[in-house]
Amino acid sequence: MIGSIAALGAGLAVIGAGIGIGQIGGKAVEGIARQPEAASKIQGAMIIAAALVEGAALFGVVVSFLGLR
Amino acid sequence: MYNSPIFKIKIFSILRVFAVFLALSAFSAPAFSQHDAPGHGQEAHETGAGEEKKFEPSEVILEHIADSHSWHLWGHTHIPLPVILYTDKGIETFSSSHLDHGHYAGKYYTYALEHNKIKVVNAEGQIDEAATKNVWDFSITRNVASMWLSIILLMVIFISVSSAYKKREGKAPKGLQSFLEPVILFVRDDIAKPNIGHKYARFMPLLLTMFFFIWINNLIGLVPFFPGGANLTGNIAVTLVMAAITLIVVNVNGNKYYWKHILLPDVPKWIYPIMWPVEIVGIFSKPFALMIRLFANITAGHIIVLSLISLIFVFKSFAIAPVSVAFVVFMDVLELLVAVLQAFIFTLLTALFIGNAIEEHHH
Amino acid sequence: MELVTPEIGLVFWTTVSFLILLAILGKFAWKPIMTAIDERERTIEEALFKAEAAKEEMARLTSENEALLKQARAERDVILAEARKVKEQIVGDAKDAAQKEGARMIESARLEINNMKAIALADVKNQVATLSLDIAEKVLRKQFEDQGKQDQLVADLLKEVKLS
Repeated sequence: MIGSIAALGAGLAVIGAGIGIGQIGGKAVEGIARQPEAASKIQGAMIIAAALVEGAALFGVVVSFLGLR
Repeated sequence: MYNSPIFKIKIFSILRVFAVFLALSAFSAPAFSQHDAPGHGQEAHETGAGEEKKFEPSEVILEHIADSHSWHLWGHTHIPLPVILYTDKGIETFSSSHLDHGHYAGKYYTYALEHNKIKVVNAEGQIDEAATKNVWDFSITRNVASMWLSIILLMVIFISVSSAYKKREGKAPKGLQSFLEPVILFVRDDIAKPNIGHKYARFMPLLLTMFFFIWINNLIGLVPFFPGGANLTGNIAVTLVMAAITLIVVNVNGNKYYWKHILLPDVPKWIYPIMWPVEIVGIFSKPFALMIRLFANITAGHIIVLSLISLIFVFKSFAIAPVSVAFVVFMDVLELLVAVLQAFIFTLLTALFIGNAIEEHHH
Repeated sequence: MELVTPEIGLVFWTTVSFLILLAILGKFAWKPIMTAIDERERTIEEALFKAEAAKEEMARLTSENEALLKQARAERDVILAEARKVKEQIVGDAKDAAQKEGARMIESARLEINNMKAIALADVKNQVATLSLDIAEKVLRKQFEDQGKQDQLVADLLKEVKLS
């Protein structure tokens, strides 16, 4: 039971992270389209931001690990 | 920052693999589901007869992810690893092969394995939790052995590379040296320099060691058979140590501006009691996030790969295998990217924190 | 829960191993590698700088050469123009001198001719006078050989004188 609830929690965390990473990716592509010469800089910032958002999602995963065994 | 061609090629090849994989799964899934129905029952019957226990994927997966006192080779063959226990009565060492078949009577206690953890067993053969608390397990586990393997690899690689630099002084790099030099330069020019500034040289050894240690262990973790298979960077103890090193390096090197920002920020004095706890939590939360990020990323990757493999056994059908294997190959390729990406992110954020701590403010 | 509980053994071994790795790689790998890379980058930069300097020097020399060449060409042109002028002058002078000399010579020749002509004429005149005198003497002598004729002439002359 705890496991399933934890899984639901992980899923919710993934929704948030998905929206976040989607926003980051979309804005980055917009930015690159607007300023193709800054593509490498935007890519760098994008990856860092994506990693940070992903980190937040992984906190959710870790909390769901807490429910395991 | 990421304009290196290697990086772009990687992303594009990933996309290509992804496309091929999507096409493959789209065609293969319905094809196999048709063959599934007749074959399914037979398979189930056969495997069911062979194994008395029901296949429990989460148990298997967790066992593979967790540490172990022996290194699995194939079938029922294991490499026994040394067990080192620091008990309240003294240090005790023996081979883990003694624990394969039930209890082992050591000098001070009798031990048994439960879920790959060493527990003290009392006279009645029951697990004695109170006595177990007195026993500290410093065994050379699979993770420790794998880490030493990776350390030996790193030393062999980089000391040979450094001797190549000595031998070919002032010349263009060659062989392994030419493969690793762009990576070293990447760490220097894209991680250290932009984030730390002109004092980067002092932190280069730490950043390079961190980067290559995490990267090589991520890669070794992806190897499914003997020398690999340990989930080292996906173990919270390892990431805890790495994050603790970041924490210590950042705070030891923090200059007066860093500490002023934490202890005497530019806010009205009466807010200080609120600010201090927030700032102190901030000191620890950054490395904590590092720890969780690396741990969860690698562990999640392993769990996904193992879950996909488990599908074959859950459905008890070889027909599902091609789909499952295709997914696993895709995940492994993605994990290759994640391996280097997580090493990069960890090192980058460490550099960023160090850079924040040693930044000179000119007011 | 078990998954997120760090085990003391692994923490201990990771700390020890990582620090040893850091120390060994720091001493035997990163230091020589970074020094070598820095050194090589420095030499490359220096070489590039030198190449740039050489290129500039080259450009400078080329432009200098070009300037020299231009100057030489201009000088040559000036010299040629001067030579042409001198030549023209010389030719002109020579022509003038020749003309003058010619005229002089013609003049003197004419004078000479005139002189000669005068001398010749004078000579001729003299000879003609002498000749005619001789002839006249001879004629006269012939005519006055007999007395009668002389007397008659004297008588004629006397008649004329009386009348006048």
